[in-house]
Amino acid sequence: MQTAKQIGSKPPGAPAKQGLYDPQFEHDSCGIGFVVNMKGKKSHQIVTDGLQILVNLDHRGAVGHEPNTGDGAGILIQTPHEFLLKVTAKLGFKLPALGQYGVGMLFLPPNLLERNGVKTAFAKIVSAEGQTLLGWRDIPTDNSSLGKTAVEAEPHMAQVFIGRNPELKDEAAFERKLYVIRKQAEQKIRYGSKLDGGKWFYVSSLAARTMIYKGMLMPEQVAKYYPDLRDESMVTALALVHSRFSTNTFPSWDRAHPNRYIAHNGEINTLRGNVNWIKAAQANFKSPLFGKDIRKVIPVINEDGSDSAQFDNCLELLVMAGRELPHAMMMMIPEPWENHESMDAERLAFYKYHSCLIEPWDGPASMAFTDGIRIGACLDRNGLRPSRYYVTKDDVVIMASEAGVLPIAPERIASKGRLQPGRMFLIDTEQGRIIADEELKKKYTSAQPYREWLDKYHVLLENLPEPAEHTKTSQRKVLQMQQAFGYTFEDLRLIVGPMARDGIQPLGSMGTDTPLAVLSNKPQLLYNYFKQLFAQVTNPPIDPIREEIVTATNTMVGSRGGLLSPKPESCALIRLEQPILTNEELEKLRQVSRPGFRAATLPILFKVAEGESNLEQALEELFTAADEAIKAGANIIILSDRGVSPELAPIPALLAMAGLHHHLIRTGTRGRTGLVLESGEPREVHHFALLIGYGCSAINPYLAYETIDDLIAEGLLTNTDHKTAVKKFVKAAIKGVVKTMAKMGISTVQSYRGAQIFEAVGLNSEVVEKYFTWTPSRIEGIGLGVIAGEAIARHQRAFPREAVNTELEAGGQYQWRDSGEYHLFNPQTIHKLQTACRLGSEKIYREYADLVNNQAKHLCTLRGLLDFKFAETAIPLEEVESVESIVKRFKTGAMSYGSISKEAHETLAVAMNRLGGKSNTGEGGEDPARYTLEPNGDSKNSAIKQVASGRFGVTSNYLVNARELQIKLAQGAKPGEGGELPGKKVFPDIAKTRGTTAGVGLISPPPHHDIYSIEDLAELIHDLKNSNRDARISVKLVAEVGVGTVAAGVAKAHADVVLISGHDGGTGASPLSSIKHAGGPWELGLAETHQTLVLNNLRSRIYVEADGQLKTGRDVAVAALLGAEEFGFATAPLVVMGCIMMRVCHLNTCPVGVATQDPKLRKRFTGDADHVVNFMKFIGMELREIMAKLGFRKLEDMVGRTDMLAPWKAIEHWKANGLDLTPILYQPEAGPEVGRFRQFAQDHGLEKSLDITKLLDICKPAIERGEKVKAELPIINVNRVVGTIVGSEITKKHGPAGLPEDTVHLKFTGSAGQSLGAFIPRGMTLELEGDANDYLGKGLSGGKIIVYPPKGSTFPAEENIIIGNVALYGATAGEIFVRGVAGERFGVRNSGVNAVVEGVGDHGCEYMTGGRVVVIGKAGRNFAAGMSGGVAYVLDEAGDLASRCNMELVALEKLEDTDEIEEVWKLIQRHQTFTQSERAGKILGDWKNFIPKFVKVMPQDYKRVLQSLKKVQSQGLTGDEAIMAAFEENVKGGH
Amino acid sequence: MGKPTGFLEFKRELPSDRAPLERVADWKEFHHHLPEADLKKQGARCMDCGIPFCHTGQLVSGMASGCPIHNLIPEWNDLIYRGLWREALDRLHKTNNFPEFTGRVCPAPCEGSCVLGINDPPVTIKNIECEIIDHGWANGWVTAETPKQRTGKKVAVVGSGPAGLSAAAQLNKAGHEVTVFERADRPGGLLMYGIPNMKLDKNEVVLRRLNLLEKEGIKFVCNTEIGKNYPAEKLLKEFDAVVLATGATKPRDLPIEGRQLKGIHFAMDFLTANTRAVLDQHKNGGFIDANGKDVVVIGGGDTGTDCVGTSIRHGCKSLVQVEILPKPPLERTKDNPWPEWPKTYKLDYGQEEAAAKFGTDPRVYLTTATKFEGDANGQVKAVHLVQIEWTKNDKGQFAPKNVPGTEKVLPAQLVLLAMGFLGPEQPLLESLGIERDARSNARAEFEKYTTNIPKVFAAGDCRRGQSLVVWAFNEGRGAARECDRYLMGATDLP
Repeated sequence: MQTAKQIGSKPPGAPAKQGLYDPQFEHDSCGIGFVVNMKGKKSHQIVTDGLQILVNLDHRGAVGHEPNTGDGAGILIQTPHEFLLKVTAKLGFKLPALGQYGVGMLFLPPNLLERNGVKTAFAKIVSAEGQTLLGWRDIPTDNSSLGKTAVEAEPHMAQVFIGRNPELKDEAAFERKLYVIRKQAEQKIRYGSKLDGGKWFYVSSLAARTMIYKGMLMPEQVAKYYPDLRDESMVTALALVHSRFSTNTFPSWDRAHPNRYIAHNGEINTLRGNVNWIKAAQANFKSPLFGKDIRKVIPVINEDGSDSAQFDNCLELLVMAGRELPHAMMMMIPEPWENHESMDAERLAFYKYHSCLIEPWDGPASMAFTDGIRIGACLDRNGLRPSRYYVTKDDVVIMASEAGVLPIAPERIASKGRLQPGRMFLIDTEQGRIIADEELKKKYTSAQPYREWLDKYHVLLENLPEPAEHTKTSQRKVLQMQQAFGYTFEDLRLIVGPMARDGIQPLGSMGTDTPLAVLSNKPQLLYNYFKQLFAQVTNPPIDPIREEIVTATNTMVGSRGGLLSPKPESCALIRLEQPILTNEELEKLRQVSRPGFRAATLPILFKVAEGESNLEQALEELFTAADEAIKAGANIIILSDRGVSPELAPIPALLAMAGLHHHLIRTGTRGRTGLVLESGEPREVHHFALLIGYGCSAINPYLAYETIDDLIAEGLLTNTDHKTAVKKFVKAAIKGVVKTMAKMGISTVQSYRGAQIFEAVGLNSEVVEKYFTWTPSRIEGIGLGVIAGEAIARHQRAFPREAVNTELEAGGQYQWRDSGEYHLFNPQTIHKLQTACRLGSEKIYREYADLVNNQAKHLCTLRGLLDFKFAETAIPLEEVESVESIVKRFKTGAMSYGSISKEAHETLAVAMNRLGGKSNTGEGGEDPARYTLEPNGDSKNSAIKQVASGRFGVTSNYLVNARELQIKLAQGAKPGEGGELPGKKVFPDIAKTRGTTAGVGLISPPPHHDIYSIEDLAELIHDLKNSNRDARISVKLVAEVGVGTVAAGVAKAHADVVLISGHDGGTGASPLSSIKHAGGPWELGLAETHQTLVLNNLRSRIYVEADGQLKTGRDVAVAALLGAEEFGFATAPLVVMGCIMMRVCHLNTCPVGVATQDPKLRKRFTGDADHVVNFMKFIGMELREIMAKLGFRKLEDMVGRTDMLAPWKAIEHWKANGLDLTPILYQPEAGPEVGRFRQFAQDHGLEKSLDITKLLDICKPAIERGEKVKAELPIINVNRVVGTIVGSEITKKHGPAGLPEDTVHLKFTGSAGQSLGAFIPRGMTLELEGDANDYLGKGLSGGKIIVYPPKGSTFPAEENIIIGNVALYGATAGEIFVRGVAGERFGVRNSGVNAVVEGVGDHGCEYMTGGRVVVIGKAGRNFAAGMSGGVAYVLDEAGDLASRCNMELVALEKLEDTDEIEEVWKLIQRHQTFTQSERAGKILGDWKNFIPKFVKVMPQDYKRVLQSLKKVQSQGLTGDEAIMAAFEENVKGGH
Repeated sequence: MGKPTGFLEFKRELPSDRAPLERVADWKEFHHHLPEADLKKQGARCMDCGIPFCHTGQLVSGMASGCPIHNLIPEWNDLIYRGLWREALDRLHKTNNFPEFTGRVCPAPCEGSCVLGINDPPVTIKNIECEIIDHGWANGWVTAETPKQRTGKKVAVVGSGPAGLSAAAQLNKAGHEVTVFERADRPGGLLMYGIPNMKLDKNEVVLRRLNLLEKEGIKFVCNTEIGKNYPAEKLLKEFDAVVLATGATKPRDLPIEGRQLKGIHFAMDFLTANTRAVLDQHKNGGFIDANGKDVVVIGGGDTGTDCVGTSIRHGCKSLVQVEILPKPPLERTKDNPWPEWPKTYKLDYGQEEAAAKFGTDPRVYLTTATKFEGDANGQVKAVHLVQIEWTKNDKGQFAPKNVPGTEKVLPAQLVLLAMGFLGPEQPLLESLGIERDARSNARAEFEKYTTNIPKVFAAGDCRRGQSLVVWAFNEGRGAARECDRYLMGATDLP
């Protein structure tokens, strides 16, 4: 027993922030579901069904290193009055009628004394709020099935019953009071108090209508752990369940869902901003319903909650303040209304009005919500999570992340549906019916005259009167101002000029090898100390180009208010179409004279003469001035640095903006004013992205405009004028900002504003805490003094003693310049490396390595700041693992055939195969001819086959020929972005390898469309493992803060290898802002990964690989000591093969034949596999020598041994001095049982699969002898990726051609799990009677899939959903016939499959490049976006397809060609034959009349190429020759 | 920006030279200009490299690779492609005070390391540079710019060659009062007297710039040799700082039999006297005339070539140029890879002229003189030559060895020794007490330029030994920067 003196106990939870691990980056995602009786009929069956759903969603949750410790599961039900009466009676108290009492489900300290203390405190609050505490009940629990981790953190489970004070008029008032009680209890017991054991306290639910049972449980443990749930009297009409997949497996009972109102599958990307905006607003909250109580619920958001919990906090507040739950959901997750082609005006007004009150909580979300009477669900604007539902004829609705979670007889089913992007689905048990999206929204959108309100109060910038005065241009010379703001000639040539000329972000290649800003000797703009974060794994980046319908760039300025008590004038804000202002637009704002608006301009300048210390003072003065301006009624504050003079230097605009933003949040006045910037500083995308990300509403980059004028005047920009050039510059900037947001999965500027999606590298905590609050900055760095010093240095260039050097500096960030930024690859290192490897000269290699390793003169990398602690006595070199053994751990980077030449690609493969290392295909597929050995024994087969978002060339044959399959989630040069290969670069050979058409452009989407969350990644890993059981599955991530947490999730998702790439690597084309500013150094990412994996005891299950500008053996040694056991190289081997860092890979003009497809240039390639072999051996040699000195015999022994590293003492650098590298060198405490390198194989669970348990046996005759087999089997949703192992065996045995059609015919009945028929080859037919989940026919490689509803179904097949989202993703060949409607993104990146389907959701045929898709039903919105090849035929009976089709690449034509008519007819006929489709029968029966109703969706480039091909074929050319001729003709045509 | 595919579309093209037989009749420059349209194409050939090796200026295997003053070559190539001459001139002047000199006389290590040169003829960088500055002068864009204010500091620059001039120009810009001392009768040093007029026109090019510098406020004091007719101590006393830029003017001699004979001259004496005569329109005589003589030039470098070109213009009877090294290969050898200075065969202007006149390239390789033979008057009449081969001596170093049986005697009434220089003349350094390095150069660290004597800086050939004009520019600018830092505590000079 504890003594009273002991400090209160605390539940073991996620470890505290330590080293580089920070719990705030934990993610989770999951499966959700609910079951409800529409009529409100309560039964115990609903509880049982809910729990069954949970069990069938098991695979969406996860377990950590203990197989019996889950991540969390739970169930929300209606208050079971009868049951509670029964159990409380036994305890001796009587409950009043339902609705007259509330039930609290509490986690309490296990220790009795502490528990009593907590209970007493709680009781006090209840009575202070005027309610009666009726009694307590200890909830019976059985923890016998729980794992150790869960048990150690298990709280005591108790129920509390609170009687309603009769003075509370209605139930809502009582619920509100319970909310006030809970918020206070949380504040007083969990957060604020010194109460012993207070940290255990958590309220799962405290409500009159609902109750939540949850915990750190696996789905099947829920019912066992809570015997209550098995009690027959435990009845409810609705049950909401959730199974959690967390990136970690740290003990956490309270992070289980459901939350009080929601269960969430997804992730809120804009969380930081959303929370800040609530914080900014809460001080001014007023609510007539709450009255004075409103103060008691602040802070509204519990900072230690997950994103879902914080969402729940906000939602709860909105509901408590008087809105109905669906209304509140529509505010927080609005549909994408901004670019909606057909939304009615009332609804538009509703959303517009509410956008003045709150910004969207943006991110992938399937959100199920309930208030105990209504239960519903909605999807985010992108529809990035799956949600399927069944409605039965006996009034039950079942909704879940998957179909088939409950077995329901076909004849019971009335309809099957899915949630659609932005749509809501609600069941009202009081009304006893489903309320459809349309009706539901109508109710709320017409509740108030929102249109009138907007007309009256809402102002559009363009409607403001022209300013009375126009902007004065700078009095000083442009050149001088450029100097003051640190412009370089490079900024003109490569950034501002191209943006103003082309209207797009400038591109570059070959990564970056310049110092981090904090290590640079040059004064850096403050922007350069920030790295952009991006989505990987736990949420998808989005494609703002192809999916523009969901993005929005508008922003608002003015005072925000009325969140809790909306009034007509709450929408009195000025709306800007986008956040970058011309001079005229800024003046409109500055001179605004409308009532309700007042603008104030505040200078952001500091006195140079007073030196560095004046900066802080100037900032304080700014804050005071802003406070006063707000007091005086200003609601538009314009920060301006127009007054730069010999005495006054500009305060870095970002510092002023972010600092003021946070100052106003702290003072609670942020909501009362908009912040606008007028500055000469911002000029590139990263600048704009940062300013907006830290709260700025609008930016006027006046010097960029003046620079443009100057460029025009000097003739550097031609054929344009001020207006056009400025317009293009603004367009480029906005596009870039939108892309930056999209990388994080954020769709609207409004919710991006203030979201702070950045990590600081090299800023000290003082600066960050005060001016960039909440921004991660992990290794300290410079303070205000240096920031000021850098500004002063720029100022001195503008105002020198004597004008001796007035021309702009060259720059040298992007291209090497002698006077410019240092580059690790520079003339000397390139020359030495090439010479060393060509001559095989160890001596020259050492000279090279010394130049790279010795950063005494030029600090460049974090690893350069680390020094080895050599052992006192080295071990003899011969005892160290041999070079031959070491190089087997080496890999070359993923560079596609297409980005680099055939010669270069094959040279790398040959070299790595000679060494026993691994080369990587990159994302462009591989020519199967390379799987055959060369006559001399060399192999050109890349050991690693990459699977990227484009899935180019990913066939069954490709997969079975791999030793490692790498899922690329991000790449160093442009994490979070997709790619594009323009048609002129898709040479015939490349097209062949990628399974596409020569001359037709290819797009790789930003996300994998089968990975929107961590459990999706687990599924893809599982799918790939099925496709090749012998290959390791690797996941490639890019370093950023939180990557360790993601890596832990990856390990839990059963990957065999995780690769941490540095931001600096990358060879492909990418926007310059991404090359420079996205992602972080691998040293941080790798160290964080290793530390987090060790903390989780997951390190021993997975290989960790590092890459990113690894250049020497020393680099490798540091990487090993920081936690890697495998190593990748890309840039250096390219240099060895002749690359001289032209950085023109994106232009196809590589003069040394490395990164080009131009046959003339390829001839110049002089690389040689021997040179690459030399390089790898040199690296191994150097590494081995370091190992000897450190005293390591085996590389494994040195993994993670950061104790052998120390910060380099000799550093005396004006900026690097402030760095603190100890977090990188941190070693988490862990016992000897915790492995520190990969020791154990992952359990992929393949032996449980249907293929292993049944199908392989059944199909044996076919696999071995090509004999026909046919079988029928039942299937349920937990049978995932069915058929793929059989398919892989067929491919292994029979090669890419597979077997004759229908050799294997498997018929299934039931609901198929995800990825049915993934990658199956020709010769396999899967027939499914029932329905299927997501990813049907993923990567189909020649097989055939047939799906139709169960016999006995009475619903019309063509109106009901039958297969899930993202069917046929990356499919290359085969056929598919679906009798029913498919979900979103049908046929994404299909490159060869013929399909017939009876309706598709949004984004159908997206990025498609080949094949035929016939849709004999309705196609959803954004059809054919990014579709560059193949043809779709849509039966458009309503004649409105055009309004939903994305016309960027396609044209709509008629079905006229007789051959084509015949082709479509045949396909539909086959469809009818296989599926007995009534719809098909009807169409075929009246074929003549239906033909004109078909719309042919034809990609225009594809059409052109086909026409060229026809032409050259008519001239007598055939085969490859014809393709080449057609390609050439097309390229010459300028396409 | 620029034209990414230019290098694939256009071939290297230089302006034609005047016909050899025409140009040997005068002392005017021998290059034509390239029409602007063609020049743009040459600019378009530049690939705007990620790492423009042309701009690097490093020593690779002991030879310059890339531009020692880091001319922003890709930037102005692009500007020329786009016809923006004024902008190009500004970018060129940013790194180079006197592009008209380098554009004419630099051996162009930039072209040797041009990335395009890996597998194609390099960009015509030197020619483009020359055209930019000539264009600038022609358009009146090169004007005197005087500093806004004077610092009141006085700096002496000793020597008015490339290093001295660039140091003086920079120091003057920074507002210091600069006096340049020159022992010859005209300023310019090597630029004035070392390089013949047909390569670098004295009136039209050199004096044009010198006049401008004077206008900007630089004082030139000629006929003044520090330590001789101007005491060294006085210099130190009267000036706040001193930059020594006296060059490496001590010629390498050939101490063989007959060296004392008349008619044997150091190349520099020959060239200096000639240029002075040309400038004085031969009014004062006093030059060494090759007219009607059999001339033997010993030394195959640029100075030797200048002797060849000058002798031909004098009207020599025959001409032989003796080179001790083997004839270079036509293309790079494996041990001389890009981006090293390409040691390949080139036909320079002098040899081209000799070939036109006498039918063959005047150079004989792997040859050395063993003896000068004189006539009764003590005038040289023949040179004895022998072929050599390079073999390793016992220290493992390559050394020449005579090949028996290859002796030859050539008639010669004029012998010019053009075998390079051995460092600075020592008396001045001695009188100032400047420490020397092992090669007798003034000891001062590269990029610092400070000598052991406070306020005395050394730059150019007197510090680094015989080298290229463009290295001298580099050092002059650098020394000016350090000198300004010394005088003012900080500097804005690049």
